[in-house]
Amino acid sequence: MAAGSTYTPLATQTLGSAAASVTFSSISGAYTDLIVIANIAQSAGSNSLRFRLNGDTGSNYSATYLRGDGSTASSGRDSSVSSGYACDTPGNTSFNLMCIFHIMNYSNTTTYKTTLGRGSNAAIETDAVVSLWRNTAAVTSVQFALGSTFPSNNIAAGSTFTLYGIAAA
Amino acid sequence: MANTYTLIASNTLSSSASSVTFSSIAATYTDLIIKASARCSTTDHGVNVSFNGAATYDRINIYGNGSSAGSDVVADLLVYGGMNNSSYTANTFSNFEMYAPNYTSSSYKSMSIDTTTENNATANNFTAMVAGLRSVTSAITSITLTPETGSFVQYSTFYLYGIKNS
Repeated sequence: MAAGSTYTPLATQTLGSAAASVTFSSISGAYTDLIVIANIAQSAGSNSLRFRLNGDTGSNYSATYLRGDGSTASSGRDSSVSSGYACDTPGNTSFNLMCIFHIMNYSNTTTYKTTLGRGSNAAIETDAVVSLWRNTAAVTSVQFALGSTFPSNNIAAGSTFTLYGIAAA
Repeated sequence: MANTYTLIASNTLSSSASSVTFSSIAATYTDLIIKASARCSTTDHGVNVSFNGAATYDRINIYGNGSSAGSDVVADLLVYGGMNNSSYTANTFSNFEMYAPNYTSSSYKSMSIDTTTENNATANNFTAMVAGLRSVTSAITSITLTPETGSFVQYSTFYLYGIKNS
């Protein structure tokens, strides 16, 4: 890999108190892809970690997921929803959920944006999920919240989110 | 240069080995990644992953073998499909990647593991995604990978990387 050009930490947030959402903003277009590593708990309930790009609250997201819950492997999807899935796997009140979230080719202005999420919670589920944002704008901000109502519950204090930039050259 | 995705240690086997251990892992980084390309001397394809010598974990996986998919849950980190085995086509090795965030934190340790074995044959192919959890609050200082049975064969490779968030 090119020295200093990839897997560069752009920003990190460790929640000092529970929060409805976490946002990375003013993301530069200097990289090829983005990766967010999240290790989180939630204040109550059990919800998937969802995302919105550039603050878009419209029904411009869709997703297809593959998941295993310890007894069954299954797949499903959502069309025209108001947020994508960073990962389908739900969280809980322990710090069991980790999510590896990729935004590919995020700074181009000609194609819709595709994301890939990989969720792991050994108490509940493991999954891979692809999401699509039907917008050609460069991604300059990403917001995370729990559940389809964005948020359905708060993200707990102590949860961590780190944004990395991946450069092709 | 950001001090991240740094190679901490590697091991390319010049002869077979019953296990591979990365020890004395410093608390310098935020997350750990292991990338392995492995093959087993027997007909099993599972890999045990152990942190700080412990054997008890929570684990959920989802897997596919070319004809069906399933999911199970057990109390260890035996990762099926972690490596090709002696019944596979010669010279084929698996891909294995593990991501462990916040390995020095005082919270329980979550991890994500992806594995693939491919064989250009109708049998013995396997791909899996695994969620693991070790319910301890101490920092991870050693990781050991052990074949389900037998040994890792010569030319198996193991790399440990550190990811730092600043």
